[in-house]
Amino acid sequence: MPSASLSTSRRLILQGAGLVALFGLGALPMPALAAANDKYPEDAFKQNGDADALKALYGKTAEASDKVKLDAPEIAENGAVVPIAVATTLPNVTSISFFVSENPNALAASYVIPEGTLPNISNRLKMAKTCNVIAIVESDGKLFSATKEVKVTVGGCGG
Amino acid sequence: MASTIRVRATATGDTTEVQALIQHPMDSGYVKDAKGQLIPPHFIQQLTFEHNGKTVFLADWGPAVSKDPYVKFAFKGGAKGDDLKISWTDNKGASDSLTAKIQ
Amino acid sequence: MRVRHILRPLAAAIAAAALTCAAASAIAAETPADPAADAKAFQKYFTDKFPKVKYEDFVNGPYSMNEDMRKQWQEIEQFPPYEFALDAGKEMFSKPFKNGKTYADCFPNGGIGIRQNYPYFDEKEGKVVTLELALNRCREANGEAPISYVKDDMASLTAYMAYTSRGKPMSIKIPNDPRALAAYEDGKRYFYTRRGQLNFSCASCHVQSPGEHIRAETLAPALGILNAMPIYRSEWSGMGTISRRFTSCNSQTRAVPLEPQSDEYRDLEYYLSYVSNGLPISGPGARP
Repeated sequence: MPSASLSTSRRLILQGAGLVALFGLGALPMPALAAANDKYPEDAFKQNGDADALKALYGKTAEASDKVKLDAPEIAENGAVVPIAVATTLPNVTSISFFVSENPNALAASYVIPEGTLPNISNRLKMAKTCNVIAIVESDGKLFSATKEVKVTVGGCGG
Repeated sequence: MASTIRVRATATGDTTEVQALIQHPMDSGYVKDAKGQLIPPHFIQQLTFEHNGKTVFLADWGPAVSKDPYVKFAFKGGAKGDDLKISWTDNKGASDSLTAKIQ
Repeated sequence: MRVRHILRPLAAAIAAAALTCAAASAIAAETPADPAADAKAFQKYFTDKFPKVKYEDFVNGPYSMNEDMRKQWQEIEQFPPYEFALDAGKEMFSKPFKNGKTYADCFPNGGIGIRQNYPYFDEKEGKVVTLELALNRCREANGEAPISYVKDDMASLTAYMAYTSRGKPMSIKIPNDPRALAAYEDGKRYFYTRRGQLNFSCASCHVQSPGEHIRAETLAPALGILNAMPIYRSEWSGMGTISRRFTSCNSQTRAVPLEPQSDEYRDLEYYLSYVSNGLPISGPGARP
């Protein structure tokens, strides 16, 4: 019934408003974004596009930076095993993540970099098809990115 | 049963380079088997590396990480002979861990 | 109307085949088999075609042909996925059979560092014996059931045995026995014969077009092509034996795959290994 759904959504809005008010007062801790702590970022992994996944993971956007060096092949020999590495000279890196834009879920892997750990990572990812690989580096609380298109002729998701 | 974790940790000066290779299907849930049935997702979600009781590296993985996953990283403060503990948990609740010595 | 349409080209094909056969037997009669000369010519063909490729590098298949692919392979080789098969193989190899014996009891030097001598021609049996065949015969001789030629267990065992021979040059022998020579020639003939819907011979891809692409794959040169076996293929997300590669290659070219370790495959392995004599064993290997 239209009236019932209206009242439901009104209730939800009120709840949301209440929560916002509480945050404003500092009465509740901010929901810790997964990238900053040890909690598995379930929600971010469920997102489809890289923009949504980035938002769910970090809650902020990134700016391209040539200080993020992304190493990925021109043509993947096989989409099932694509060696991808990132290195950066940016300071105080706390997190590094990899997105594959055309995968069913763009977020592939996210790494927590505690103090004392170098901001260089190599891993092997699956790519469903030719698309962009995006590396995100969180440095001093800000996000920086590097993007590279990798051609995939033998897709990595099919048997 | 043999561990699923293979690790090579080498200290050069105060930097320890760590390479890990883990035996795991990392099924994405998008692939069908010979009978045409979808193979359910089965993948490592978190992989942790600890040195002297401190986490030196934490990987949050999704099913887009390749089968028999590999990762390489480096950290400062480790020394030859130190223990490095590696542990993982997957989406089915399984886990494994291994303690290796830094070479 | 349609029948005649089929019959004419068919008749032409039969005539052509007859001619080829006649020519072949005529050639055979005039030039006796000379495997040593074959091997020399075979190797020279590839080293001439790819003067920049280092001799030993031919065993790395497509990676000797393409720099971008080579980089990816080198990264993977840092900690290769066949490590697990290798460990499993070592364990399997040393585990005793129910009767207390082990694989070591079936092989010279306890099975260590001998892979480069396979296949060999067994003069008692009068046939080519491959490593995979020898492993299953070892099992059966000791009261164990044979294992699949195309699955992981065989791949693990051959991975371990290949690993103990890494770096050793392929050393296939053809004894002074007309049957051995015939097996070699049969293998050679199989290699160069076109078959299947796509009408490819092994040579069509691996002699005529190494380094080129067939669909998405970069073709490996035939020279040294078995030296890296067994291989972990990203395409299979797993290991594959020589038997698996031969059968799947037949299927991929839309030819009828034969039974693993059938005479033709054994002879083919004999020929291919012999003409690659001198190249180092690099197995187990990783491939796309």
